[in-house]
Amino acid sequence: MGAAPRTLFDKVWDAHLVRPETRDTPAVLYVDLHLVHEVTSAQAFAELAARGLKVRRPDQTLATMDHSTPTTPGASRLTVVDDAARSQLDHLARNCSEHGIPLFPLGDDRQGIVHVIGPELGLTQPGMVVVCGDSHTSTHGAFGALAFGIGTSQVAHVLATQCLLQTRPKTMEIRVDGRLAPGVTAKDLILAIIGRLGVGGGTGHVLEYNGEAIRSLSMEERMTLCNMSIEAGARAGMVAPDDTTFEYLASRPAAPKGAAFERAVTDWRLLSTDAGTVYDRHVHLDAKALAPMITWGTNPGMSIPVNGLIPDPAEAKDERERESLSRALTYMGFRPGQALAGTPVDIVFLGSCTNSRLSDLAAAARVLRGNRVANGVRMLVVPGSQQVKRAAELQGLDRVFRDAGAEWREAGCSMCIAMNDDRVGPGRLAVSTSNRNFEGRQGPGARTLLASPLTAAATAVTGVVTDPRTILARVAA
Amino acid sequence: MSPRAPIGRFTSHWVLIPGNDIDTDQIIPARFLKTTERTGLGPHAFHDWRYQADGAQKVEFPLNQPGAAGAEILLAGHNFGCGSSREHAVWALQDAGFRAVISTRFADIFRANALANGLLPIQVEPGFHGVLVSAVPGTELTVDLANETIELADGRTTSFSLPPFSRYGLLKGVDELDFLAGAEPDIAAFESAHAARISTLAVSRSDA
Repeated sequence: MGAAPRTLFDKVWDAHLVRPETRDTPAVLYVDLHLVHEVTSAQAFAELAARGLKVRRPDQTLATMDHSTPTTPGASRLTVVDDAARSQLDHLARNCSEHGIPLFPLGDDRQGIVHVIGPELGLTQPGMVVVCGDSHTSTHGAFGALAFGIGTSQVAHVLATQCLLQTRPKTMEIRVDGRLAPGVTAKDLILAIIGRLGVGGGTGHVLEYNGEAIRSLSMEERMTLCNMSIEAGARAGMVAPDDTTFEYLASRPAAPKGAAFERAVTDWRLLSTDAGTVYDRHVHLDAKALAPMITWGTNPGMSIPVNGLIPDPAEAKDERERESLSRALTYMGFRPGQALAGTPVDIVFLGSCTNSRLSDLAAAARVLRGNRVANGVRMLVVPGSQQVKRAAELQGLDRVFRDAGAEWREAGCSMCIAMNDDRVGPGRLAVSTSNRNFEGRQGPGARTLLASPLTAAATAVTGVVTDPRTILARVAA
Repeated sequence: MSPRAPIGRFTSHWVLIPGNDIDTDQIIPARFLKTTERTGLGPHAFHDWRYQADGAQKVEFPLNQPGAAGAEILLAGHNFGCGSSREHAVWALQDAGFRAVISTRFADIFRANALANGLLPIQVEPGFHGVLVSAVPGTELTVDLANETIELADGRTTSFSLPPFSRYGLLKGVDELDFLAGAEPDIAAFESAHAARISTLAVSRSDA
């Protein structure tokens, strides 16, 4: 009798079991790569110090500074004026130095958002378990890794033991058939998926994205997709590795080289879900039917096609949904049935671990080239890493943004989380390529519309929420 | 934080914070995450719902009402704690005096963070949740972790379920890191059977 068919998730999970789960105890799961940043690690290092513990595997740990760092041009350690942020950055530097953990600090040419630098260095590889004290660790699932965010107590667990206590999640297949239409991106796809599942619909599940639409996505697009799996409440999101994955990894510094790479690819090819495997849940979407999406409310599940109408709570399916919609409408200052297209915006933010990679910047530059950011609109362009920044500059993208009147800034989380001075401002409306439109997420009182880099750039040019396909048609002509 | 004290049975009134899908950005806004401590976040719990921009209290917010004083139980809507992984959300609630949160569902990471800190994430059926929501303000509730029940003063009761390991650890004061450290022989064996796939040290030294 052959082995039972397994999902991609099962294969990665099974290969990392130090101790299997029992009725009374969770599994002990081994971690291949632990990414660390300044905001969720200080208390974990303090925990180790209090117990006299060392970091078990500094060689499988990498730290960077991204969340509370300034992104003003030329930012460095010396330009951090916020005492609390500076103290946090100093804690990280001290902790990394004491424990021998490699750190890419502010000012380093490899510094950047933790979920941008792991993949670009080739550290994130198929079949790994990757964790970080950050919910958007789901990004790394794009490589067929099992990658998820953890709290600070668990950061301490991994620092000390390289392991985590975990209960086995359920699996959900998200199958997306067909191809995305021009002007419709991975961001639009994931917003549509979250809209379908709801912000709690993935709770307790690992999502596996399958189907023609997924196969045809680039690695950077797959990262955008997996990044926002957490916004459906999912533990993680995964895409089985394929030639697109291997090609992306081939030239990366941390990837195996030569014959070792060929051997690795042979192993990685086994990381797909076996025929006949049954997932706990299935969801199916048709890529061809999707339009550019934009959120109108206060969680990422509240989205509509960019030319659609804001829903009416009176038509909600139940009381819970009615209450949520009403509350969001009140905060956002929108009316039921209102169109978003044509709504004036104050800020356009291009950046975040969702959409700050080279292809995201290139997509926005395609729209902005030869155009100007509309009067009264401030546009921030924040590359995901110093490497992305340099690559973009080599292609002249910085010139396109600057010539259009946008700000070209240093790498970091920036206005996605507004822990530094990059804030939208009370009552002001932003179109952002980031991942969360929660109340006040982009600063107290900020109102956020989440969209793709194309939609963000088109909106920057017109000053009002705009379907990017209208501008792309002009650009192409 | 050192190994924790055991948790048993306690009785308290609750404070209801209405709304579903309350995310951790509401529980503790990001600008308060610059601390390097676990304590002191209580005054900032639900900060932007609790205070005006000038720092004055919003009197209508449940935590600012007289009946909220001394409440050790937070009653919340569906999918509580979604969004960011920030454990600060749990620390802020504990620092504000809460020992348990009752909801019809918790987000995965919030739940794990709560269990790691001994803040009880008590998931109940919508029916019993409705009973609590419509109860007379100030009604007391007894949380019994050993029996995994919550009971109203009038005798109405329901059960909840925590992972057996978490329940045992919370009752006995055993913490997760101690348990993991006990797996050391197995971790060492795993490492000798599986060479590390990458070296962050090597990549940090290279001029990539």
